[in-house]
Amino acid sequence: MDQILGNIGLLFEFPVVNLKIILDGIMVGALFALAAYGLALVWGVMNVKNLAQGDFVIAGGYVSWYLVQNGFPALLGVPVAFVVMWGIGWVVYKLVISRVIERDLFTSLLATFGLAIMMAQILNLLFGSDTQSVDLDYDVLYFFDGFIDVPIAKLIGVLMASALAAGVIIFMKSSRMGQAIRATAQDARAARVMGIDTEKVYAFTFSLNSAICGAAGAIIVMVWVIQPFYGIAYSIRAFVIVTAAGLGNLPGVIAAGLGIGALEQYGAHIFGIGYQQAIAVLLLLLVLLIRLIQQRRNRQVLK
Amino acid sequence: MTVARNKTILYALILAFTFISPFLFPDFGTQLATLWLMIIVALTWDMTGGQMGYNSLGNIFFYGTGMYVAALIAIGMVYDVGDYTNAAGGGIYEFTDLQYFGGLALGVLGAGLFCSITAVVIGYLTFGLRGPYFAIGTLGVAIAAGELVSNWDWAGGGQGIALPVYPGDLDTGKIFFYFLFAAVGVGTFLFAKWLYGTRFGAAINAIRDDEEKADAMGIHTLRYKLYTWAMAAFFVGMAGGISAFQLIHFEPLESAYQTINLGIFMVVCVLLGGKGTLWGPVIGAILFHVFKEVTWNYLLGWQWVALGALIVVTVVYFQDGVMGWLLHKRPEWFGIKVEKKVAEQAE
Repeated sequence: MDQILGNIGLLFEFPVVNLKIILDGIMVGALFALAAYGLALVWGVMNVKNLAQGDFVIAGGYVSWYLVQNGFPALLGVPVAFVVMWGIGWVVYKLVISRVIERDLFTSLLATFGLAIMMAQILNLLFGSDTQSVDLDYDVLYFFDGFIDVPIAKLIGVLMASALAAGVIIFMKSSRMGQAIRATAQDARAARVMGIDTEKVYAFTFSLNSAICGAAGAIIVMVWVIQPFYGIAYSIRAFVIVTAAGLGNLPGVIAAGLGIGALEQYGAHIFGIGYQQAIAVLLLLLVLLIRLIQQRRNRQVLK
Repeated sequence: MTVARNKTILYALILAFTFISPFLFPDFGTQLATLWLMIIVALTWDMTGGQMGYNSLGNIFFYGTGMYVAALIAIGMVYDVGDYTNAAGGGIYEFTDLQYFGGLALGVLGAGLFCSITAVVIGYLTFGLRGPYFAIGTLGVAIAAGELVSNWDWAGGGQGIALPVYPGDLDTGKIFFYFLFAAVGVGTFLFAKWLYGTRFGAAINAIRDDEEKADAMGIHTLRYKLYTWAMAAFFVGMAGGISAFQLIHFEPLESAYQTINLGIFMVVCVLLGGKGTLWGPVIGAILFHVFKEVTWNYLLGWQWVALGALIVVTVVYFQDGVMGWLLHKRPEWFGIKVEKKVAEQAE
């Protein structure tokens, strides 16, 4: 308890610590927001809740890591992971997801849970259970007498994440396929009547989601570490963000992603790093409860 | 008349097999005990999942909590818990036979009761969530509990708790735990069988079929949901308490709140056997356990991949389970009379 109070006191004594925590949080949050955006896309368009979201992220990270092990430059990993995970996403869609779209939501939840277990284990068998990362030889920038350190690698990561997000948004807004995806999300039957091949749209959307996750993973491997079983952590955060922001609310997803990144860093600072995972999950419960209270019906009976 | 007699004979045979099996297959004592554990968790999951339509992914929370409550009661009756967990299984902590069995009995019962109470509390907060949100919410409860307990030093922290070993012969211990699990399992089955035949069973089935209509018919849905979950939690908590003593040493994330292992296995068992039926969870648990043990023995390294594939295949292609398949193929076994002419015309 004393330690917790001390940690809180530190925040007020040295306001610059706040800045560092928020910066860290935003950098983490940008990548969470990417994975969450993919989840919101799939959820909104085909009503599938993908619990394997985090495992796509980790798989993308391993694609990039594997390239670097074979002597390719690290930054190349991001586009390659995008393409490779696009293909994997397409295969997964054809084998599993296409068969659960019409079913109830619990089915997709369980099927993707099974998928998550499989993917984590296959990665474990292929690459071993050690944590891996790609080291970029960039400097670290220091501000405020060294209080705040910003590795350039992290900055590049955030920039790439923003560029990717911007690209996806422009694609969704202006391209024909983007329009078809949005039309399918609004009303799949009407879209079919209008001549949109919804099956193709579903396959495209899921592949796109997988590719976004893969690219996010390729960025994560440059900035932090990955491990075959870290996937669930990203899945949970993606769910927190989407549940908090709601579907089809892109600015909301980005804001929630950054906010949750920052909140988590604060929690880890105050309660200790051991509670970081617990804080993410408790945030999920909190968001669900708030939603529940918002939607609380007023039960009344005649007496 | 003959159907009733056949049923009695069937039940008697199964009960007899339950008694004989640990002596017939002495090498598989622990495996058989685990099989009963799977049957218990599958049956209780089906109470809310199959019969009431609330698919929880967090029933493992009661298993883990049951473990901890039973262990803490058994230790707390004799020693100071903080000191005991500090020593991490070492030290001079010994239990007499009376202390061991007394702690076991009180711990297991206490675990069941405590889990029932927590089920009511958590259910009050989460039962407003519908469908997949309920599943995600309960999964969140289980994960959060595991993470919080692993930071709780008084209860052993991430190291977990080491309980005393069964006093006496090791083989007798195996059989002892087998019969404990079997007793709880048979109890759960009989309870479920009785429950589904009562008005209460009809009410929770009504909630599954259409909650709004059930509400409008005057069923106090929240109360029914809470009671059902509390009953399920009672049996899971007891099973968890027994597991704690059987495993001797357990830790929070991998063995107590094992969300991705047992927590998901119980759901797959039920889906494999057939959701919303009495025998489905039992059949599913047996099939699943056999599959799991076979892959663990012969597919070393790839067992988890095989298990994930089983989950995906079950959920995607075979969701009605064995019982659902039988119901479709042999409706007369379930007392459903199909007029031959109508059936032929339909085809």
